[in-house]
Amino acid sequence: MSDEKKPVVIVDEKKAKKVDFRDMTSCPSTLQMLKKMEADGNDSCFTRAAEMKPCPIGADSACCKNCFMGPCRLNSKDPYSKVGVCGATIDTIAARNFARNVAAGGAAHTDHGMGMLDVFREVVHGRISHFKIQDEKKLLNVAASIGIAVEGRTIKDIAIDLYEELERTYTQVEGEIPFMKRVPPKTLEVWRKAGIVPRGAMREIMELMHRTHMGVDQDYNNIVKQCSRTALADGWGGSMVATEISDILFGTPQPRVAGVNMGFLKEDQVNIIIHGHEPLLFEGMIAAVSEPANLDKAKAAGAKGINLLGMCCSGAEVLGRHGIPHAGNFVSAEPIIATGAVDALGVDVQCIMQALVKSAACYGTKVFTTNPRAMIEGATHVEFHEHDPLGAPNQIIGMAIERFSGRTVKIEIPQRQDWGVHGFSHEYVNYMLGGRFRESYVPLNDNIVNGRIRGVAAVVGCTNPRVKQDYLHVELVKELIKNNVLVVQTGCSQIALAKAGLMKPDAAVLAGEGLQEVCETVGIPPVLSLGSCVDNSRILIALAEMVRVGGLGDKISDLPVAGAAPEYMSEKAICIGQYVVASGVYTIFGVTFPTVEGTKFHDLLFNGLEEQGMGKWGFSTDPIEMAHMMIDHIDKKRAALGLSEQRERKLFSMEDRRVAEG
Amino acid sequence: MSRLVAFAAIQGAYNIVSKAEGKFQQAMDKFGANQPIGFPNTAYYLPIIYSILGIKIEKLGDAEPVLKICRELLPPHIKTQKGIHLPYLGGTLDSGMAAILAEEVVEAIRYVEEPDFYYLGETCDPENGKIWLGAADDTIMRKRGVEFVDGSAPGFAAIVGAAPNPEIAKMIAEDYQKKNLYVFMCANQTGTSFSEQLVEAGVEIGWNTRLVPFGPDISAAVFALGFANRAAMAFGGVKPGDYKTILKYNKDRIFAFVNAFGDVNAEWAANAAGCINWGFPTIADTDIPEILPTGICTYEHVVASVPYDKMTAKSIEVRGLKVSITEIAIPLAYGPAFEGERVRKDDVYLECGGGKTACCELVRIADMDAVEDGRVEVFGPDIKDVTPGSRLPLAVLVEVAGRKMQADYEPILERQMHHLVNYAQGIMHIGQRDIAWYRIGKQAVEKGFTLEHIGKILHAKYHQDFGAIFDKCQVKIYTEKAKVAEMLPVAQAAYRVRDERIEGMTDEGTETYYSCTLCQSFAPTHVCVISPERTGLCGAYNWLDCKASNEINPTGPNQPIQKGETLDPKLGNWKGVNDFVFKASRQMISSYNFYSLVYDPMTTCGCCECIAAVLPMSNGIMTVNRDYAGMTPSGMKFTTLAGTIGGGNVTPGFVGHSKYNVTQRKFIVGDGGLQRLVWMPKIFKEEIRDRLLKRGEEMGIPNFIDMIATEENGVTEDEIYAFLEKVGHPALTMESILG
Repeated sequence: MSDEKKPVVIVDEKKAKKVDFRDMTSCPSTLQMLKKMEADGNDSCFTRAAEMKPCPIGADSACCKNCFMGPCRLNSKDPYSKVGVCGATIDTIAARNFARNVAAGGAAHTDHGMGMLDVFREVVHGRISHFKIQDEKKLLNVAASIGIAVEGRTIKDIAIDLYEELERTYTQVEGEIPFMKRVPPKTLEVWRKAGIVPRGAMREIMELMHRTHMGVDQDYNNIVKQCSRTALADGWGGSMVATEISDILFGTPQPRVAGVNMGFLKEDQVNIIIHGHEPLLFEGMIAAVSEPANLDKAKAAGAKGINLLGMCCSGAEVLGRHGIPHAGNFVSAEPIIATGAVDALGVDVQCIMQALVKSAACYGTKVFTTNPRAMIEGATHVEFHEHDPLGAPNQIIGMAIERFSGRTVKIEIPQRQDWGVHGFSHEYVNYMLGGRFRESYVPLNDNIVNGRIRGVAAVVGCTNPRVKQDYLHVELVKELIKNNVLVVQTGCSQIALAKAGLMKPDAAVLAGEGLQEVCETVGIPPVLSLGSCVDNSRILIALAEMVRVGGLGDKISDLPVAGAAPEYMSEKAICIGQYVVASGVYTIFGVTFPTVEGTKFHDLLFNGLEEQGMGKWGFSTDPIEMAHMMIDHIDKKRAALGLSEQRERKLFSMEDRRVAEG
Repeated sequence: MSRLVAFAAIQGAYNIVSKAEGKFQQAMDKFGANQPIGFPNTAYYLPIIYSILGIKIEKLGDAEPVLKICRELLPPHIKTQKGIHLPYLGGTLDSGMAAILAEEVVEAIRYVEEPDFYYLGETCDPENGKIWLGAADDTIMRKRGVEFVDGSAPGFAAIVGAAPNPEIAKMIAEDYQKKNLYVFMCANQTGTSFSEQLVEAGVEIGWNTRLVPFGPDISAAVFALGFANRAAMAFGGVKPGDYKTILKYNKDRIFAFVNAFGDVNAEWAANAAGCINWGFPTIADTDIPEILPTGICTYEHVVASVPYDKMTAKSIEVRGLKVSITEIAIPLAYGPAFEGERVRKDDVYLECGGGKTACCELVRIADMDAVEDGRVEVFGPDIKDVTPGSRLPLAVLVEVAGRKMQADYEPILERQMHHLVNYAQGIMHIGQRDIAWYRIGKQAVEKGFTLEHIGKILHAKYHQDFGAIFDKCQVKIYTEKAKVAEMLPVAQAAYRVRDERIEGMTDEGTETYYSCTLCQSFAPTHVCVISPERTGLCGAYNWLDCKASNEINPTGPNQPIQKGETLDPKLGNWKGVNDFVFKASRQMISSYNFYSLVYDPMTTCGCCECIAAVLPMSNGIMTVNRDYAGMTPSGMKFTTLAGTIGGGNVTPGFVGHSKYNVTQRKFIVGDGGLQRLVWMPKIFKEEIRDRLLKRGEEMGIPNFIDMIATEENGVTEDEIYAFLEKVGHPALTMESILG
């Protein structure tokens, strides 16, 4: 296999010259590695994206290949001029395409959550002994939040009930999924009225796929309803279960100083990166790398130790939870391989580019797939078994050490290390605002009411080689905090900001005066790192808590908040966007959007949903414009709440105290 | 920057907790784990620890787990890793709480080690160097707590350290007094304390002047917080250990704040952080780092560099407190804080009444045309005409006129004269009607006080508080012997007519009762309903007061209630009343009886003057007043009883009532009436002796008063039973009280 040894130049040299990598990324480490890859004659998602323009009809979601009378393509410049062979209009076609994105994205999170629940069941019944319930307090809180009796019961009994209850999130065929009990009542009322309260994730995804089959649901309004229902089964279902069970099993994150960037790779150590999404493989790996046998083996091979790093959302899971350094976000994956320092890349599910196998081959990195759902041609499959969580990691470590001993490629590690504070769980946010005795969201709401904090924005999502990596995330967030908008983050977006230093408390100097004051009081950065993309559920819980605490309306859609995924690329992002919108939040995407402006379907997503009491979609490719669309929306909500005017200080008389609640 | 405050607070808390641990260990070695510890006369143990953690500290050894909790609460010191620190607010607040819990243990140990360190009582004895009062006992807490409940004291300022000089201390203290706030003082600044500065400046300190010197150390801050938490338990009915509710109650209902005078050290910072848990901000005179965002407190958390002349105004603004200041055109400071201040014999310039000279006060309706609003006339010698230490007869006649004025309101206005005159600094007033007693101090005269000012006070305050029920008011002050002698019988005749009229009012003859939810500021489910024959349990409001209050403020806490259909005439149960109570108690109470303590008695709040309880063995009841600190035959002291039944609950077998109510005809008539009363404290019996005698005659048992046992006969049921048998107490032969 000469391919493995000798890098093959697949990029036409003339074309490659035209590309300026500085337009492709604002991450200096990635830039350095892209240049190296170019010098090595390698391609990457950046160069491939530059090579391959997106399919114009697909980009507008104007083609349908759901049956074999087609594929049919409509004219997005004149969208109502044509229909498909079956007569499907642009609205039906785009809505069905959108629906399949939602179904796939939702399925990904939901399957992830179900995997966690499988492990939880086995742990609770004592069939897995390596993992344990680590956060009993959280177990009790989650159980109590969905109406499970906790007083005077054993942890095991409660855990068994919790398992059974949460299983309904997936398998239930009638009724409402358990976490609907956490939704603000008025928001739930909107959903009930719209008929979009999810029954069970499997059922919703199945029904959504059914409806997109040829000749079934051909009313975009009706399709979008099921999109919302399915997406909500992800956000308030599958994803939320994933987050909550991960916290219960592996500990609820609390802030810790942790680092990101490629400078955490160590030339003199065995470097292992875990890439993907679920925490299980990583948790097993964390245990395995500190096994004396493995360390001895590494030392015997001449390594100073075994250096474990995260990537993508696997990395985000353990960055906050355990402080494991994070090498880089989604589009940095190939450049990180190009350092030559990665001895093993273990992957589980989601967002693992097939090209990694090829890059790895060029730089001698061993790629291990571990999940039976996700095998990649050319990678070594070492299956991870929950009942023996050290088995696969030990094998991977063994082979990584082998590779370490046999390193042949020149190693070049960009030396940048960016430190910041990570691990803001909902529970910690509650604690940090009042300590053990006064913990609550009151100070957050209060400072939103008094205007020190204008509102809260969630900036999340992927990175995408079709736009300058990290640039939109960073510029958007800077503009938001400058305007006193507190930013919360998950996934690859948070890694972008961590690299830009915005997760240091000192970054508060970049914030507006009011936000800066709050940051200094609490001791937080203006940008809070929450976890992986399933941890967007933490944002939902936070929104529900903001409504519950009061002063900011009685529905999520009343809150002065907005969301954005400026560099998204995955179907999961579409599903997340839809559940956030259905929950009541204005959500802006960048890069591209799979609709044709001016169509009824587009109008429903961008306006109509808001009229139904939910949020709405927005689109912009300019970060500053995007920030101001969010700020304008926040201001609109503030005005509706009567918060736009400077309010006089209320002084409390005895009468005020008499009428006070509680 | 907040980080500096957090850093200092956490360090300070480490110091405080470590020192407390050391102190505790020494005490354990010296006294042993079984040494009883606690604060004097309280049912709330060490009140902060009890309220926050739910732990009862009775013996020294009980404090061990508390100190362990303190240690666990201490967060890591604020350090940076790669120049980055972790969030610190939560840890800072926890460290503050740890400091305060530890200090409460330290103060309790001091009570054992130095039993005479704190002076027991409400007033100080500065001549003998006894100024530190330490923990308020429950009697003081309840008596003073009521003022927080009814709003006569809207909050307290906890002053830490010392002002730059005694004059500034005096200015600030008097300003708080004028704003009706209590001032709780602790700690010192290089050996000088605010309390001692006040003594030096000639200001009377003690509970009676609302300037309370708790202790010379920062740890005495726990007495202020312990007072606040006991108020939450006593008046708010908050359960011990329910720290969330306790602290929220303090934030929402107890308007306290800290004034830090002088350099703020780490231990002060820890205490300030502790106070933020309560929602009590710190306002300082020095340039310490500020914490301005809101949330844990209602507004800012730490405000610095406040000039002395703005200190009081800024402090109440930061706490979010609305204070109505009474500006009266007299040369003296004026406000409820001066009510309890004494004018000693040697300081008297002029004295009137008090058995030494004739004296009377009368308010009466006059024709509109006959009253010139604001006119004050003095007939006879005034201050300028007498020498220091003189006595004069005195008659104060207030004539009021207005379309809404009724004869019923005369006694209400007249009754105000006692405290309204007393509110003036340097003037002492005792009694009312023809037993009134005035002392005008030399200091007041030095400031230019004359008798005319009594009229000015009454005119201004009547308009301010009762302006809704009259239009015009004029005052005549007589000091001529002949004129006073002429006025006295006129006044006495008026008193008689009034008494007869109010005595003649019956519940049966009255369709409209009045609610009183004044205390809902502190006890959200408590609802008093006041009928002519059942005055409010606080003793402050009778039916006429409520009527007038409603006239003055139609949407206020006193609402008319049509009593409606009588459901039970014996127990005193009406449909209209029940409907109202259900609503006003926020759906907590659906029905109660006016005349029974056995069956669904009226709700009781912590403000009650007395508590009656069934004594099953004697087949009767006992009652105990708030001022009596001893044991009762119910097995509980007043404060324990109040802690059990207060907070707006219906507790069969117990009921709160006023002192006056004991001799009202309807007193527990549903359970057999006054004849059931088998025990009461001696001081209480003496206080209402005349009325008890009168009721005894009406009941046909003229010597009934002598049949009621007191603590002299015993404080257990067994002890008093023999006495009751001996005197043939009627309760013993009545039908069983428990039915």
